[in-house]
Amino acid sequence: MDTFVIHALNALLYASVLFLIAGGLSLIYGVMRIVNLAHGNLFALGAFVTASVVGQWLAGAPTIVLYLFIPAGALVAAGVGALLEPTLLRPFYRRAEEYQLLVTFGLLLILEDVMRFVWGPYPLSASALFEKAGSINVGDSLYPTYNLLVIATGGVAALFLWAFVYKTRFGVVLRATSQDMRRASALGVNVNRVFVQAFTIGCFMAGLGGAIIVPSQSAVLGMGVDALVLSFIVVVIGGLGSLEGALVGALIVGIFREIGVNWFPELELAVLYLIAAAVLLVRPSGLFGRAA
Amino acid sequence: MSTVAVPFQVRSPVKALAWWLPIAAMLVAIPHVIPPYQTILLAYGLVMAVAALGFNLLLGYTGLLSFGHSAFFGAGAYVVAFMLKYLHVQSMELYLLGTIVASFALSLLFGFVCVRYTKIFFSILTLALSQVLWSLAYKFYNVTGGSDGLRVSTPTLLGVALGSNEDKINFLAHSYYYYVLAVFVVCLLAMWIVVHSPFGKALQAIRDNETRARFVGIQIRKYRLVAFLVSGVFTGIAGALWVPLNGLTTPDILYWPFSGEIVFMSVLGGFHAFSGPIVGAVVFNYLKTAAVGFTTYWQGLLGLILVVLVLVLPSGIVGTLTQLSAAVRKRLSR
Repeated sequence: MDTFVIHALNALLYASVLFLIAGGLSLIYGVMRIVNLAHGNLFALGAFVTASVVGQWLAGAPTIVLYLFIPAGALVAAGVGALLEPTLLRPFYRRAEEYQLLVTFGLLLILEDVMRFVWGPYPLSASALFEKAGSINVGDSLYPTYNLLVIATGGVAALFLWAFVYKTRFGVVLRATSQDMRRASALGVNVNRVFVQAFTIGCFMAGLGGAIIVPSQSAVLGMGVDALVLSFIVVVIGGLGSLEGALVGALIVGIFREIGVNWFPELELAVLYLIAAAVLLVRPSGLFGRAA
Repeated sequence: MSTVAVPFQVRSPVKALAWWLPIAAMLVAIPHVIPPYQTILLAYGLVMAVAALGFNLLLGYTGLLSFGHSAFFGAGAYVVAFMLKYLHVQSMELYLLGTIVASFALSLLFGFVCVRYTKIFFSILTLALSQVLWSLAYKFYNVTGGSDGLRVSTPTLLGVALGSNEDKINFLAHSYYYYVLAVFVVCLLAMWIVVHSPFGKALQAIRDNETRARFVGIQIRKYRLVAFLVSGVFTGIAGALWVPLNGLTTPDILYWPFSGEIVFMSVLGGFHAFSGPIVGAVVFNYLKTAAVGFTTYWQGLLGLILVVLVLVLPSGIVGTLTQLSAAVRKRLSR
């Protein structure tokens, strides 16, 4: 029973972080019809910023201060997103999709090396927070308390996002733009502003994923590229552009990854792809996707 | 898709020969003129040109952007390494045969899933599927050597092995270079025939207007699948040619950023032109070598070049040169 609970918690932990990344990717696609290949790098950026703020600059500060500064990475990622959308991506909306993918691939290469330049090639950690949080008893086993915080953050983020998209005026504008950009524009919606906002929120989520996970792991170069591939599996299962899909997809991937890691470590990724392929054969646009 | 079809310019055969003969003569003479290191660099370029040529049958002619061609390239390379390690095969011809069979089977499998989709979904799916192979190559350490990869010694070419006192560099810069050149020319001709055949024209019709192509009676999914197969096999052949040059195959060539490099090459050369990916692959190879020698941050430099390229010269080197020469000719004829 204890091991079951621990496996379930691990699956949830993984799903929380994945939801933050893939949810942002999906939100951006849903509104702007653009797949940002550099999205994973914003996740990595969040991790690096939080690791250097919490793990280095503020090392030794009271724990409560450290907790307050965890979102620093998310804010920086959001800021970078708010800068990138109008300057680099906006000229590409009218052009063929291959160019959009190419420009974001170029961006990925640039961001990867910018991070290498700023933080050097070595892993960066902020493990003090993780260690200070200690662990709690699950039956006879111990489980790190910090991981529960990550799970809670993922849950709260999902809740906030749902409320934001379905219960606020801005959410209405967002959904309207997503369904019919031209008509929304004709009705007086400032589409450019909605795009910047959606992109910024998406980047904020990715950055938050990185920021929240970095105390329990380290920030390493290449983590963004790996994260992107996993979030692709999530959106393929859940349906690109759907937030519910990202949530369900993240849970499915989280659960099967936990099973894979423990029982078939070599086939961990392959199992995930098999699930994605199975979903696609049954429902071509993903579990929650709109028919293309 | 908003790509504009560029009408194919029919040149007279004499004019075409005037273009191609000097280039061919140069490619044949080059190992005797430039240092071996430079020749090997060119051989890498030609190998990548085969890969990009195959890739561009999908992007340029069928309108499908694959971000998973590293799978076929890597499959080609690993098949050679496996044939050497487990079957003790040393003949390059058998390697090529094995690669063709393997990459055909692999593209059939991937293509079956992927050609149901187009646009971004196609790109994501090819990318995701290619990463299965990467994770397998990475994790099955006993079979694939994991991140250390597998070593591949110099193969025999048409039954002729590396002489016992022959320098390996010299072998690669001469015998192997000509071998690569020959395979490149065969692939070039084969692709030329494919894109100018009724089949190739049908692919372009699908690219330009899917609905209309369906009305004409083209079975779209079948055509796309065949294009996917041809494309995958070409890229697989390139992978097999690449291993002896590199002497080692690692999971890096299965990792999806490598697919991005193949895309980069085709766009650099210009994916609307038949010769675009070839020019792009050779130039990219020099560009990357120069960038690696120039700075630790070569990756970012290449990314910057890609962004500028897409913003300023979306039709690539060949496309831009064609436009320039057309403008010059117009001015002269006035």
